Amino acid sequence: MDFILDIWNTINQELPVLGIMMKIVAIVMPIMILVAYFTYAERKIIGYMQVRIGPNRVGPKGWLQPIADAVKLMFKEIVLPTGANKFLFLLAPLLALGPALAAWAVFPFSEELVLADINAGLLYVLALTSVAVYGVIIAGWASNSKYAFLGSMRSAAQIVAYEIAMGFALVGVLVAAGSLNLGEIVKAQQGSLLHWFWLPLFPLFIIYWISAVAETNRAPFDVAEGESEIVAGFHVEYSGMAFAVFFLAEYANMILVSALAALMFLGGWLSPFQGTPLESMFEWVPGIVWLFIKTALFGFLFLWFRATFPRYRYDQIMRLGWKVFIPITIVWIMVVGLAVIYELPWWFD
Amino acid sequence: MSYEKFIFYVFAAILVFAATMVITRKNPVHSALYLVLAFFSSAGIWLMAEAEFLAIVLVLVYVGAVMVLFLFVVMMLDIDVATLRAGMIRYLPVGVIVAVMMLVMLWMVVGPENFGLEKYAAPARHAADYNNTAELGSLLYTVYMYPFEIAAVILLVAIIAAISLTMRRREGTKYQVPSEQVAVHKKDRLRVVKMEPEDKMELK
Repeated sequence: MDFILDIWNTINQELPVLGIMMKIVAIVMPIMILVAYFTYAERKIIGYMQVRIGPNRVGPKGWLQPIADAVKLMFKEIVLPTGANKFLFLLAPLLALGPALAAWAVFPFSEELVLADINAGLLYVLALTSVAVYGVIIAGWASNSKYAFLGSMRSAAQIVAYEIAMGFALVGVLVAAGSLNLGEIVKAQQGSLLHWFWLPLFPLFIIYWISAVAETNRAPFDVAEGESEIVAGFHVEYSGMAFAVFFLAEYANMILVSALAALMFLGGWLSPFQGTPLESMFEWVPGIVWLFIKTALFGFLFLWFRATFPRYRYDQIMRLGWKVFIPITIVWIMVVGLAVIYELPWWFD
Repeated sequence: MSYEKFIFYVFAAILVFAATMVITRKNPVHSALYLVLAFFSSAGIWLMAEAEFLAIVLVLVYVGAVMVLFLFVVMMLDIDVATLRAGMIRYLPVGVIVAVMMLVMLWMVVGPENFGLEKYAAPARHAADYNNTAELGSLLYTVYMYPFEIAAVILLVAIIAAISLTMRRREGTKYQVPSEQVAVHKKDRLRVVKMEPEDKMELK
């Protein structure tokens, strides 16, 4: 063990770039595997909700299904539509996936475990999630197809609308925590389960979560795909690996916003038994396990929504974003600001 | 050349290239996408100047919101490039004069005699715990309070002006009234009818 640590320290001193590369691989690889098994979990969970079994043929209990899907997509032909802009057509999936992975750079997995501990971490995450829309817009435009274009127009309008509500919800978080650093935000929630920001920022928590579902284009806000109206929306012309990258991006984004919700409103790596008699009993559990459980909770909500809710009507989506969420967030930011100024016990004292 | 200088020149080269492409591309969508690239590379340069807040906000506001709306409009417009280029030769002399004047004025303001290293010493490097966001916030909300608020009010006026200029009610358009839709009750729309089956089947 010491020997491995020695090698690691030498690499970090002599070749810091190589060390950073290895850390990036150590973050991205588990996320990719998580994405693959998230699709499996989705099919299984929605299956059971609809009283079916879901995938159960490839491997024991269908565990190899995601691998089989990936292999299938890899060996399929990528069809380029006539009159499509070739460069942008192939660039679009990468633009969708890139931000979803890059945002993990500032994500603190525990108190010490973070790739880049930067001051403006929250802003960085917000900027990258807003860039992800380019993949959808460019895909729709470069496909040279009406349905794809309609899908990308819908997505652009929707993401701009919910971006603002989401940004305001995060402003509430940063006012409450007094920092833009994601690690500091978690540390500000220390104390007990009731100290976590979900309670003092409850309206912002709900709005953040609904906006996150809208931003990832998931049901009930999946009008960008809308298979019953515009067949599959922005990625109707995509096939093979290019489609697979869009698919990856969607699930990577879902995991990212779930993890961020866990970080900002459910205390990240903090134990839920803090401040209770059970605290010492669960001390041996590493923080990353709590983080994973909280993230999985939000991930499950995504699947639950998809199995339960019908798709929103388009004008209702716009109304909800602009006329309901933005006023509520602005009012609640004022409330949080006053609570911080008057040091409201026991969150802000 | 140090590593940092190298990165600066990479970003600067991409920025100049992208900016040139913005004004030379025929397709407006390509121009808009090159503008996005230009924003990204200038954000990179700002990051190197230790202005991380401005750099990230540039990406967040301009790339994430403004350019998305811009692309939205440009993709829907049917711009006829030929008519736009028709007057090119006729207006070229005026354009060249304006460009040269702008260049001379910019040179006079930011040229080496006003902005050289002997006028302004190279800024000291900040420590790792220097927080650009907090510095900017405390400066904006204390020293520059009034200019900041006046700028905000001017922007608000511009928003209201733009909305009131474009808002018009056309005849014959149908609107949804959300409050009425929400207030609808089951009994207004649905009637449950109980009826006997006409002839009961015998079960054997």
